[in-house]
Amino acid sequence: MSGTRDLLASLLPAVVGAVVVTVYLLLVLSVESQAGITVLLVAGAITIMAFVRFGSTARFGRSFAAQENTLNLLIILAVLVITGFFYEDHFVLLLVATVIIYVIACLGLNVQFGYTGVLNFAGAAFFGIGCYTAAVLTMHTPIPHVLILVIGGMMAAVIGSILILPVLRTRSHYSAVVTIAFALLFKIFLEVNDTLGGPQGLRVQGMNLLGWEFNNNIEIGENLEISFYVNYILIGLLLLAVTFTFVKRLERSWVGLNLDAVRLDETAAACFGLNISRWKITAFTIGNFLAGMAGALYAMMIGFIAPTNFTFGDSLILVSIVLLGGIGNPWGLVVATTILIVLPEKLQAIQEYRFLLFAAMVILILLFRPEGLLPRPLRTYLPGWRPK
Amino acid sequence: MDAGLLAQYIMNGLMLGMMYALVAVGFTLFFGVMDIINFSHGHVLMVGAFAGLATYFGLSEIGISWAPAQVMIMLTVATICMAALGMLIAKYLVLPLKAAPPLNTLLITLMLGTVLHEAIRLFYPKGANPQRFPPLLPTDAYTFGNFTLRIDSAMILLAGLGVIIGIHLLINKTKLGLAIRAVAQDEETAKTMGINFTLVVLITFAIGSGLAAFAGILHGFYYSEINFAMGLLLGVIGFSCAIVGGLGNIYGAIIGGFLFAALQTIGVLAMPFASAYKDVFAFGVIILIMAWRPTGLIREKISERV
Repeated sequence: MSGTRDLLASLLPAVVGAVVVTVYLLLVLSVESQAGITVLLVAGAITIMAFVRFGSTARFGRSFAAQENTLNLLIILAVLVITGFFYEDHFVLLLVATVIIYVIACLGLNVQFGYTGVLNFAGAAFFGIGCYTAAVLTMHTPIPHVLILVIGGMMAAVIGSILILPVLRTRSHYSAVVTIAFALLFKIFLEVNDTLGGPQGLRVQGMNLLGWEFNNNIEIGENLEISFYVNYILIGLLLLAVTFTFVKRLERSWVGLNLDAVRLDETAAACFGLNISRWKITAFTIGNFLAGMAGALYAMMIGFIAPTNFTFGDSLILVSIVLLGGIGNPWGLVVATTILIVLPEKLQAIQEYRFLLFAAMVILILLFRPEGLLPRPLRTYLPGWRPK
Repeated sequence: MDAGLLAQYIMNGLMLGMMYALVAVGFTLFFGVMDIINFSHGHVLMVGAFAGLATYFGLSEIGISWAPAQVMIMLTVATICMAALGMLIAKYLVLPLKAAPPLNTLLITLMLGTVLHEAIRLFYPKGANPQRFPPLLPTDAYTFGNFTLRIDSAMILLAGLGVIIGIHLLINKTKLGLAIRAVAQDEETAKTMGINFTLVVLITFAIGSGLAAFAGILHGFYYSEINFAMGLLLGVIGFSCAIVGGLGNIYGAIIGGFLFAALQTIGVLAMPFASAYKDVFAFGVIILIMAWRPTGLIREKISERV
């Protein structure tokens, strides 16, 4: 019986934490008044600081680390609870779906420079390639929409492969300029290209899965009408679960070990017989694929895309999410994306000042907590092993 | 195409190249002393141009309306203000992150750029709209066939050349320049020789940012308009020029600046039907050059340490 008790004891902090966070998110999302939001945010910040001050975070951390599989389910459940709670509120559900899609795109960047150290300042461009692929294919071809998600990712990976040679040959700042130049080139190209809609952008058809129209509200019975964003949340969650598992498994596998070695010391990795180019190409391609796939889904959800969605500034936001969350930690990404997407939308009063505050916040975090909100934990080689 | 029109294109290309070179020299100076990229540089240029404009309004307010004096005071005030801003950036954002990974410095300066850009948009009166820059330079023009030489363009070009020559002399002929070169070559050794590292870094940032302010005002005079969003593109172009030339090499940065302007001009000349693609063409060629020469046209001299 003690085994069950131990399990419960180690599971308890995590479950309590998950429930508290869910309730907190529900409150933040449902409160409309600015005063209420401010009070909630201050209360949240103080609670977290108190926990850090009294060292209780370690307990939650251990619990989360030990029970990760159960927790994955809990988090999915939490998202479903939030979705169910706001079943007819378009705006809140759009936020939830956007967070999910951004997490998928950022997971791609995480593989690129969180694990392998390949800088990519053109995240929004690859996201945009997915979007434009979806726009062209949904409007002009009868290709099934699920396939379009995959094709969107593949297009991003294929176009990204143009950059592989310069990215491989250059280092640090020099490779940054390659992707930055590409990000600008991509946006300028979209703006001047009339076939792809020019500055006005393109319309995108909503997703249609075996006759199930995603852009219609779901009507159950007489008076229960569910927002159509629920469709996108469900498919986004499915994609996210697959991607997240894939990225976690990738990190855990020998592939992830090789990627880490390439990032930490290229010379040493090469001395141990690793093929640096191969791993960099692998990471770059996987990352762009994920960003493109997320983009395709996003385009179908939003229904309309324009070059202004894919500026260099947007690429920077993606990079900041990865850095803010704690480079190389997928869980950190989830937290950082939620904060960066939900906060500006909820704080309507600071809407005008949100980029200013957001940039200032990143500067402060870089100065005082350069490892990010949730730093990546040490790699555990054996299940259940933890540093003494 | 006749010679006059060609000369016109070359003149415009030279003007652009000069501005890019001024920005690129800043990037390369910062890289030289600290091995970092200061991505707020383009935004500092933009703030410098706005500082110049604000000075102009201030001068009109107190009744100074003699154009040459206005131009000189605008240049001086903007350059000094941005030099101070550059020192603040170095002291509070760049030096504290000296031990952190280069990505962090890149990101922190990028974010500072966003802060500057948003601050101008929100707090400068009507900052979200493009601002008209006063035409203070003489506007006489001499026409030779298809080629029109405007006096103001010539003055801007000469002023830029003067500044570049000044920087060259400063770096190569003065004791300060020697200190900057020493720090760029080997920080530790420079310190043991009694060079005040922090001071040299601060002064280098002041010089680079002052140059950016100067370029910003020239940019304003040339286009007669400035806006809050011009910093990012100019910054990225300046960075690309510095990179293509080879980071840490001033002459590389100057060559890079003129090369980029030449690419844009060629883009217009070679594809008159698609002149909107000139930037796509220029950035595409930059990516190709990076693939061909991964550390720039003039390679860095230091060998890689393992």
